[in-house]
Amino acid sequence: MITFMNNSDSEEEPCNERTSLMSAESPPVPSYQDGLQASEAGEAQARRKRRTGSSRSPNNIADGEMSDSGVPVRGSALENEEEELTLKYGAKHVIMLFVPVTLCMIVVVATIKSVRFYTEKNGQLIYTPFSEDTPSVGQRLLNSVLNTIIMISVIVVMTVFLVVLYKYRCYKFIHGWLILSSLMLLFLFTYIYLGEVLKTYNVAMDYPTLFLVIWNFGAVGMICIHWKGPLQLQQAYLIMISALMALVFIKYLPEWSAWVILGAISIYDLMAVLCPKGPLRMLVETAQERNEPIFPALIYSSAMMWTVGMAKPDTAARGSSQQTWDAAEDGRQNHRSPSHADSQMSETRGPVPTHPITSLEELEEEERGVKLGLGDFIFYSVLVGKAAATASGDWNTTLACFVAILIGLCLTLLLLAVFKKALPALPISITFGLVFYFSTDNLVRPFMDTLASHQLYI
Amino acid sequence: PAFGLFLFTIARDPLRIIILIAGAFFWLVSLLLSSLIWFIAVKASDPRDEPLQKGLLIFGVMFSVLLQEAFRFLYYKLLRKAIEGLVALSEDGCSPISIQQMAYVAGVGFGLMSGAFSMINLLADALGPGTVGIHGDSQLYFLTSAFMTMVLIFLHTFWGILFFHGCEHRRWWEITAVVVMHLAVSGSTFCNPLYVGSLVPSYLLMATAAVWAYQLSGGSAQNLRRFLLCKS
Repeated sequence: MITFMNNSDSEEEPCNERTSLMSAESPPVPSYQDGLQASEAGEAQARRKRRTGSSRSPNNIADGEMSDSGVPVRGSALENEEEELTLKYGAKHVIMLFVPVTLCMIVVVATIKSVRFYTEKNGQLIYTPFSEDTPSVGQRLLNSVLNTIIMISVIVVMTVFLVVLYKYRCYKFIHGWLILSSLMLLFLFTYIYLGEVLKTYNVAMDYPTLFLVIWNFGAVGMICIHWKGPLQLQQAYLIMISALMALVFIKYLPEWSAWVILGAISIYDLMAVLCPKGPLRMLVETAQERNEPIFPALIYSSAMMWTVGMAKPDTAARGSSQQTWDAAEDGRQNHRSPSHADSQMSETRGPVPTHPITSLEELEEEERGVKLGLGDFIFYSVLVGKAAATASGDWNTTLACFVAILIGLCLTLLLLAVFKKALPALPISITFGLVFYFSTDNLVRPFMDTLASHQLYI
Repeated sequence: PAFGLFLFTIARDPLRIIILIAGAFFWLVSLLLSSLIWFIAVKASDPRDEPLQKGLLIFGVMFSVLLQEAFRFLYYKLLRKAIEGLVALSEDGCSPISIQQMAYVAGVGFGLMSGAFSMINLLADALGPGTVGIHGDSQLYFLTSAFMTMVLIFLHTFWGILFFHGCEHRRWWEITAVVVMHLAVSGSTFCNPLYVGSLVPSYLLMATAAVWAYQLSGGSAQNLRRFLLCKS
């Protein structure tokens, strides 16, 4: 099985090249999120006030969220109502993002701890050709830096390619690519994952049953993500896909390279989203100009938008929910096809573009959610999974990284409400996570171990 | 039990969850800083000198306690600012969450994090093979650890309430009482493995803190009786 895995990986490379890189290997990377402005604005505003104690400007929030993405500017009379609603929903949306991120991390950590396959080193990806088995520290460091450079350049190339395709409206190509990569992810990786889990628990399963199970799983997944399906099922699939990708990364990235890549990716994310010429920013702006949602398969959306009482009620409602689902699908696919994934995954856009017209009275019934790119999920899980796999302090380190990432997510959402535009979700959380990982592993662990051996409590 | 507390009282309201996680984060940062200090001290000293190491450990523990309380204070300041913001943004002029609720949640956050850090490696090892106390240590290691952790989590919760109340009303003696209690509890664990010396005082202190916090939160014996007898 081990050699088979290696072979299959290398076989995938040519396939990847042909279909412009399946996501299996390359990380769909930077994700930024553009949260739901209305609710986030309120919540973030609250947080911001807490932080800075500055004066309030409630009207700004209302204005900001209103005018985004072509939503018609509402009268000021309704702005207050909007604002209050956003406050109500504010914390809720943060939790709506906490839950899937937590779930993904739990799945990854549970798998890492129990299934030994994912911590064995069986070869490396073609994107990280330099090995880390060298005797000297300097050589190892150099190799990991080179690996990182190669990986990041792959991601950049892919992202730019995707943006170019999007700009020139080669939608069919992009869709085909996404579908292909999601196919591969759903079927192949699930097969491998199931195989390993069954092996660990020594459960025998015959091939026909396995085929049936995987076929059902994959088919429902494809439908859910690319077409229509219940929101929770779609979210569950997205979480599972992210977890699978994260596991692949944890397995195939050598140690130091993984940490350096995590750091470099957050820097890249920051630049790609915030710089005026950054590819992701261009992608978001183009999509906003055209008033279209970003490819659904690359984005996780926490709620669907449904508006009641629009001009064309039924079709409009369905259309909007479809679009939101599509957005989620894109996010997912994005992450699947690395090249694609980069820009798409990372994008989390506001919920809005699908609903240009929303009657104000129906606002109360709208459930707007926050969108987070799947790349974010993946890299958070990679960080926590690596902490679980390689830290000698085991659960303490994992727990510390988990809390650090959640706090980073909170802060990012706060900033999102302040700035009201697409923001990179990776940098703050990854920085916190890395800092806490290294400090907990090296500083806290000896302290806690000594305390525990004497049974002292602080 | 602490996890049950979490489920029943905190998991409903998203704002509380955020406060909880932030509280845990603050405790974590305080732990980080205190272990940094201890680490430096250990590295700077002679590793073979046993009494010195023990002394350093005790110093580390005390310092960590003080740092935890300092971070609790910082967290209190942060939450005060947050309440002002929430009040300003809410529709009817009063905050969706009161400072007492925040105190409770912050205390639980601290407690959960400290309990988790104390217990979780123990639990992971407990799943594995082995005999407890085979080298002459106490056989009750796991049991006492569990009880100690539980009492510490509850204590953190109560201390949170007391501490915030003291800060609210500017009663410095309440704050010092909390700090002293914390030091006392940590100090009593130095008597381990003479468990009677550490568990019993801790539980007594916890009962005291519980009654005190309950009174501060507006409860009374009457409320308790009514609650227990299910009267309306």
